[in-house]
Amino acid sequence: MSSIQEVQNEIISEFEILGDDKESTIFYIMELGGGLEKFPEKEQIEENIIKGCQSKVWLIADEKDGKVHYQADSNTDITKGLISLLIRVLNDRTPQEIISADLDFIHKIGMGGIIGSQRSNGLAAMIKQMKLYALAFQTKQNA
Amino acid sequence: MDNAIEKIRQSFPILHQEVHGKPLVYFDNAATTQKPQSVIDSLSRYYYHDNANIHRGAHALADRSTGYFEKTREAVQKFINANESAEIIFTKGTTESINLVASTFGRKFISAGDEIIISTLEHHSNIVPWQMLCEEKGAVLKIIPINEAGEILFEEYEKLLSPKTKLVSIVHASNALGTINPVERIIEAAHSVGAKVLLDGAQSTNHLEIDVKTLDCDFLAFSAHKLYGPTGLGILYGKRELFEEMPPYQGGGEMIKEVSFEKTTYNEIPFKFEAGTPNIGDVIAFKYALDFIQQLGKKYIKSHEDELLAYANQLLEPIKGFIPVGTASNKVSVLSFNIKEMHPFDVGMMLDAKGIAVRTGHHCTQPLMKRLGLEGTVRASFAVYNSKLEIEKLAEAVAQIARIKNK
Repeated sequence: MSSIQEVQNEIISEFEILGDDKESTIFYIMELGGGLEKFPEKEQIEENIIKGCQSKVWLIADEKDGKVHYQADSNTDITKGLISLLIRVLNDRTPQEIISADLDFIHKIGMGGIIGSQRSNGLAAMIKQMKLYALAFQTKQNA
Repeated sequence: MDNAIEKIRQSFPILHQEVHGKPLVYFDNAATTQKPQSVIDSLSRYYYHDNANIHRGAHALADRSTGYFEKTREAVQKFINANESAEIIFTKGTTESINLVASTFGRKFISAGDEIIISTLEHHSNIVPWQMLCEEKGAVLKIIPINEAGEILFEEYEKLLSPKTKLVSIVHASNALGTINPVERIIEAAHSVGAKVLLDGAQSTNHLEIDVKTLDCDFLAFSAHKLYGPTGLGILYGKRELFEEMPPYQGGGEMIKEVSFEKTTYNEIPFKFEAGTPNIGDVIAFKYALDFIQQLGKKYIKSHEDELLAYANQLLEPIKGFIPVGTASNKVSVLSFNIKEMHPFDVGMMLDAKGIAVRTGHHCTQPLMKRLGLEGTVRASFAVYNSKLEIEKLAEAVAQIARIKNK
């Protein structure tokens, strides 16, 4: 399995191909959302909504063999695409790897310029929630 | 492009730019309009040459700024045909104008059991101040329902009216849907039970001829920045006799006649409601925005915008997946819509990538969206500087975006 940094580098080169073309970039992000694992309908509940996002984002996580597995969904395609990128980087890793991950691909692909400030805040809220899950699992492991 | 429109566009420097490598198409005019060169020049001229605090300065600059400041008040008076310039209060915006009435008219004239009527179409700024007032006073807020097209049900409104009704606060033109309310009839009916009427003119004053004497509204609230003027400036018109009976809004400088620690007496209107140093530079620049509108004439502006709206409907309606929202027969130039199977946020972002600026979301009208069973809409709103060519670009973009999910 590739390291967190390797997956981030893959994403950076994919976005490099798209260049400055905002339209293609947005379209690409939307397409990525289509690749998300199917989210269980019964989990589309208020408790699983990430606070701080303008659109609705549901996130759940469980732990298997010491690794964290995330599932997410959203009511907007662009947000689905954004969270699918985070899942691609962070899924099925140990809590410690997730907690200490420096997600520099977001800055390197110029995500702020692509999605604007409001959605960037939402993206930061998603990362925070993913790390909080990892922290909770780590605390449980150490208990 | 139409020569007249091309000439108008020349006065708006901001329109001549590219965003994301595409020429800007600015269709977020219901949120705020762009400013003509004359307004921009006035702002810089004020800070270059005339800046001084007004009304009490004993020097040439203060005298000059006071003169310009009061000229705008007179221009606003003429713009809405008020009886006198003392009936024009400068505020921060429509929201503050409404809050001023809620706070002062409310303090004096609303008591437990009284009723205030608003409609389902209202912006949050014409809902929340009344909810706060009703909670404080034990008054009751009544809501006029609407039909599927986004028009108020007049018979239902008449049923809500009673001697308990103290105020009807209603939007003239809906920001989310564009519906123009039959305000003449609404005002007449309210007056017949002795209620006062506040018109939220934020979305109407830039499109429609407004004559407060003919309308006979008691208050009119609107914002300069939706009228090609500067941000942070609003207007509250009110009838003299009401303003005189209402207590002051905020305490401070300018609003007083005489202050002692025992008792303070208040200044005459309009100053009674203008505590503190006002937004002088923006007030002065606003006159140039009003001049711009007067030079073109509301009749011309409305007919051009009507033409744009009709053209947009004609081009967008046949697009597979296009769902118009708000189909009232009488509208200002607001086109709210959704695309089947797509979230308005996604549509807005894709339009932005094509250089087209629209607004998406609930447009600060959550109760209205709930009534329509929608999370939000995409809203394109047109101003006098928009062209048919831009409408064609919008239609082409919407068609392309709609095809993603509607093949």
